[in-house]
Formats: sequence, structure tokens, C-alpha cells
Amino acid sequence: MALRHFGAAAAVAITIGMGASPALAVTEIQWWHAMTGANNDVIVKLATDFNASQTDYKVIPTYKGNYPDTMNAGIAAFRAGNAPHIMQVFEVGTATMMAATGAVKPVYKLMAEAGEKFDPKIYLPAITGYYSTSKGEMLSFPFNSSSTVMWVNLDELKKANVDIPKTWPETFEAAKKLKAAGHDTCGFSGSWVTWVNLEQLSAWHNVPLASKANGLDGFDTVLEFNGPLQVKHLETLVELQKTKTYDYAGRTNTGEGRFTSGECPIYLTSSAFFGNVKAQAKFNFTAVPMPYYPDAKGAPQNSIIGGASLWVMGGKSAEEYKGVAKFLTFLSDTDRQVYIHKASGYLPITKAAYAKAKEEGFYKDQPYLETPLLELTNKEPTENSRGLRLGNMVQLRDVWSEEIEQALAGKKTAKQALDAAVERGNTMLRQFEKTAVK
Amino acid sequence: MQKQAIFQSKLLPYALVAPQLAIVLIFFYWPALQAVIQSFLLQDAFGLSSTFVWFENYIELFKDPAYFEAVVRTFVFSFAIAVSSLSFALLLAVMADKPLRGSMLYRTLLIWPYAVAPPVVGVLWIFMLHPSLGVLSRYLRGLGVDWNPLLDGNQAAGLIILAAAWKQISYNFLFFLAGLQAIPRSVFEAAAIDGARPMRRFWTVTFPLLSPTIFFLLVVNIVYAFFDTFGIIDTMTRGGPGTSTVTLVYKVYSDGLLGGNLGSSAAQSVILMVMVIVLTGIQFRFVERKVTY
Repeated sequence: MALRHFGAAAAVAITIGMGASPALAVTEIQWWHAMTGANNDVIVKLATDFNASQTDYKVIPTYKGNYPDTMNAGIAAFRAGNAPHIMQVFEVGTATMMAATGAVKPVYKLMAEAGEKFDPKIYLPAITGYYSTSKGEMLSFPFNSSSTVMWVNLDELKKANVDIPKTWPETFEAAKKLKAAGHDTCGFSGSWVTWVNLEQLSAWHNVPLASKANGLDGFDTVLEFNGPLQVKHLETLVELQKTKTYDYAGRTNTGEGRFTSGECPIYLTSSAFFGNVKAQAKFNFTAVPMPYYPDAKGAPQNSIIGGASLWVMGGKSAEEYKGVAKFLTFLSDTDRQVYIHKASGYLPITKAAYAKAKEEGFYKDQPYLETPLLELTNKEPTENSRGLRLGNMVQLRDVWSEEIEQALAGKKTAKQALDAAVERGNTMLRQFEKTAVK
Repeated sequence: MQKQAIFQSKLLPYALVAPQLAIVLIFFYWPALQAVIQSFLLQDAFGLSSTFVWFENYIELFKDPAYFEAVVRTFVFSFAIAVSSLSFALLLAVMADKPLRGSMLYRTLLIWPYAVAPPVVGVLWIFMLHPSLGVLSRYLRGLGVDWNPLLDGNQAAGLIILAAAWKQISYNFLFFLAGLQAIPRSVFEAAAIDGARPMRRFWTVTFPLLSPTIFFLLVVNIVYAFFDTFGIIDTMTRGGPGTSTVTLVYKVYSDGLLGGNLGSSAAQSVILMVMVIVLTGIQFRFVERKVTY
């Protein structure tokens, strides 16, 4: 009986619900995202503020799990014919989304069709370049951006009488001293092993990760990261792994606790690690630019971004697109960008917001929050450092990690591992090229 | 006893089984059919373009040495998980079968781990054996073991087998206990009177009489190790280090969902489906008939 009543009540509620929304004529905009904790609060606040600022549209944010989960949920929803309007997709999903002509609505087109004022020049090119065509047309809207930085435990470095290293050789020396000073399980380490040691390393030293401007100029790109620089770098890591001067911390960011716990005094990972460091580290810390090899010509170049962007999905009505366009304009507002930057530690995407944060003296007390911006804008980006766009990137990273793990475990030499990573990766790229919509 | 029920209407029996049939068709046959169709297609992740490629997905798969490695690995894992879990559960069941004070309590406690979801099992074991966080890792290091499953493939494989076998012990224990209790006491007593010692009684009386249960559990455990270890692998190692913990099911997930290669993923699912059909066939044929009671 109780169940039947519940059913009846639910039916009534649904009927009322269905009747109510058209009456108010509010266009709902679904926004699927992958943010948790403090960053989820930022998303909710942005949606709430937007909804309060006008009465025609209502943005509804929904958490869909981590980055790959959110992307898969979006793809599955698209196949079933009910994709969200806005989907947050991590940077490595860019090629997959781009290849899906018809499934997505490029941002520049959306803004033009909705008649929304849109000037791509107000955005930081180091960030929007990653999500634009080679002609500079913005395909997706950068939302949360970060870059690789080197987190340093200042207290431990001081104790071991070590200066903050600037180059890779200095970093290795520092790690050896730190190990001798009691960090016998980890002199230095890092997260996202392929992002840091292949993708960023290549861009930072202006060497190609893949042909065709790292894939930006076409899906027929071929991997090229088995060059002397990357091999030498991995060889050194393998050597240091034997003594735990460098200690591998896993493929993703699960090892980050090793920095905040004080185990690893030097740790390379995303600048977005800031929130956790601030909350958990019981020591003085800072973040400095990634180290470089001084014998490499022109190094350091500039770093590339990580993080995620907002993709607008295809097949929606003009009215809905108008709302999405208004929301993107709302997000581009200078004060709002400054707010996102301060609350989440992610980078501001407009030049004006960066200037304002600087003007307000935001980086005076926390210079490490500017580090990723300085890295990204260090030099004019080249073919090798504009970004990267490889299909199947999620699985590519897994395959590369597998090979790096083999090298670190001593089962293959660094050269063999990177050759295998390139070869296996190329097979996957050809598979992607076959299925990509032409 | 009359076995045939009498229905007035010819339609009524069909109407009565219709819901069950509908469920089976919608939730089993329909997705299985979809997988078979998908396995013949080359399609992008969004399903925007698809080409019918006959057996290309299967051919690519059989040309891929990584696939055969995964097949061998899966069999090794299944065998290791089934054997370790079955033998430990049998030991526990024989112990718990003895008249003990508070045996109900032991039995209940031994069944608990079955209620733990696979990913949670993974997390539990990570907390104990993670190279830098784990409680047990510290002791292992203290003993001079270079414990690092993040880089050592054999250690990672051992970890998966351990966690997966641990989770399945309860289930096996429950069946063994029931099996043991179904053996008439008089058989034991007769053997005891004939002068057989406990070990001999176990191998000559208990073990043969348990063989139907053992065979049933062996098949169930292998199927479990094939499919249900996904959650454990995904939370503990994500297939790494290298490819040392990539099983067939994990490969289906990784190629299909992470790699967006749905055709190959579907082809792999179809092959897995065939394997399960064979296993189930064996179980029906042998468990029901051939095992001597």
C-alpha cells in the first residue's frame, strides 16, 4: 500500500514538474563536469550566479565522475540522443572531440550564430591555442587550465642545505643530497609520468612529441618522442630509480600525498595541486618552473597546458545555444575569471583577468601561483610547444606509461622502451585516423 | 504426483512466462546481439560514421601479441585465484565444521567479506600494501623485501591474486561448509572405527564426497576470476605496471572506453562470451552427471 501511495505521489509530482517548467519558459542548459571538492563549489556558484543574473536560462551543473567517466558519459548520452549542452572534457580528449564533427558545436560558430559579442583576442593565446584550429578558431572554451610545475618543500631543502634547482642536472644533484639527508625512499618524484616526462619535457625543450605540430595540423601525425633528449632523460630516471633518488609514483596523481606528507621534498606535477598542498602541507613550500637541460638549444621554451575545456554539444535548438553563448560570455567576465583563478588555483583565461590579479598584488604573497603562467608565456610558442592533439590520447598515455614502467623496472633499456612506446602509439593513431570522421 | 499443470487457456502459460522472457531478451540477448553487430563494425566513439568490416576487428586482435599475453595472463590469474581461494576456504570450512564453542559466530564472521564490493576490496588492500602508504609494506621493507608493486609486475600480479582470492574465500567457505554438513556422520564414524586417522579420513572420505562441490566451485571461481576482478584491478593497478595486470576483461574496458575502439572491444567481448558459454557447458555436462557421489 505504501508503495502504491508513493507511486501515486511521484506521478503527481512528475506531472506538476512537467507542467511547471514550460509555464515559466526557462530554457534549461545541462552542464556535465568532473570537478570535486572546492572546485565543485566553484562550479555550483558559477551556475547559481548565472541563473540569478537573468531569468531566461537555467544552467544545471551535474557531476559525472572523473574526466574519462564524464567524457564517456557524454559520448554514451550522445549515442542515445540526449547529450548535455555543455560538457567538460580534459585536454587529452580534445582530438576525439574535434574529430566528432556534428557531435560538437565549435565555440566560434556558436558565438557567431547566437549573435553574442566574441573577441578571441581577449583570451591568453597560450591557453586558447590548445583548443583552437590552426587558423585560430576557438573550438572549445577553456575552463580550468594548469601546467606542470615543480613543487618544492622549502624546509627540507634548507635542512639539507640545498638551493632550489633550476636545471635537471641541479635537480638530480639536489635529490642525491636530499636522499643523503634522510629522504632515503624518495629524493624527487612526480605525477602523470608521461605528461611531465614526455609531453612537457618535449615542449619545454622545443623538440617534437609528434609530427605535424604534435598533431595540431592533422590526424596523420606520427610520434617522434624517441629522440636523444627524451631517451637521455629517461635513462637518467632509470639510473636514479635504482637508488630511489627518483622514485616512480604512478601513472596518475595518486602519488601526490608523498609531497604533502614530506616524503618526497621535490615533486613535479600540475599547478592545480595547489589546493591540496595548501590544505595539507605542514611546511613552507613553493612551486618553481620545470627544470631544463642547459645544453639543449633554446631551452626553456614554453610549457603547454593541462586541465579541461567546455565543449558545446551538437543537435540542440537555437534558443538553447543562445543560452550557452550567454553563459560563455558570463564566464569570460574579468572579475569572474579572477574569482575562478583565486578560488581554484586554475589559471585565468583572459589577459584582463591576469592583469587584474597581478594589479591586486595576488602573486606577491603567493608567487607560485604565477609560475605556470610564466612558463606558458615564457616564449612565443613553436610547432613543438603550441599544444598537442593526438587521438586515443587516454589510452596512448597508458601505453606510454606501460613502457616507461618497463624501463624503470629494468626490463627494457630507456631507448627500447621509448621505441616501443612510439611504435605501439603509432598503431593506435592509425586506428584513430581510420575511424575519425573525415 | 501430477507434474503437468492444467491451463484452461492456451495463452495463459505464455503470458505467465512472458515477463521473464522479456527480461532475458531485453537484458541479455539484446546487448549480446549488439556486441556481435558492433564487433563487425569500424566506428568512431560518437557513432557518427561506421563501416562494416567483416572480421577485420577479430583479425587485428589475433595479430596482436598483447592480446595473447592477456589470454595467458587471464588463465594464470584465474587458476591462481581459484586454487588459492578454494584451498584456503576448504581449510577454514573443515575447521569451522568441528563442534566448537561459538562456531556460529566464526561462521558468520567468515562470510562477511563476501558482502564487500570489489573496488572496496581493492582500496582495502591498497591501504595495507601500497608502497608508500601501506601498513604492511613497512614491515615488508623491514624484512628486507624490496616491495614496490608500482614497478614490479610480479608483485602487482600477486597483489591482485591475493585480493581477488581473499574476496572469494567467503563464498567458497559457505558452499564447502554446506557440503561438509551434507556428508553423513556415519561414514566418518565407520572410517574412524576402521582405524583411519583424521588426515586419511579427509583424503579418502571427505574429499571424494565433496568433489561435486569442488567442481562446481572451480567453475564459479574461474568465471569470477575472469569477470568480477575488474573492480579490483581498476582500483589497485589499472593494468600496470607495464601490462602485467591487464586481463581480458580489463582490456575490453581499456580498449573500448579509454581507447574509443569499440569494434575491437566488442570483438573481445564476443570471444569472452564464447569462453563463458563453453565453461557453462562444461559445468552443466560434468557437474550434473560425471562427478561420482
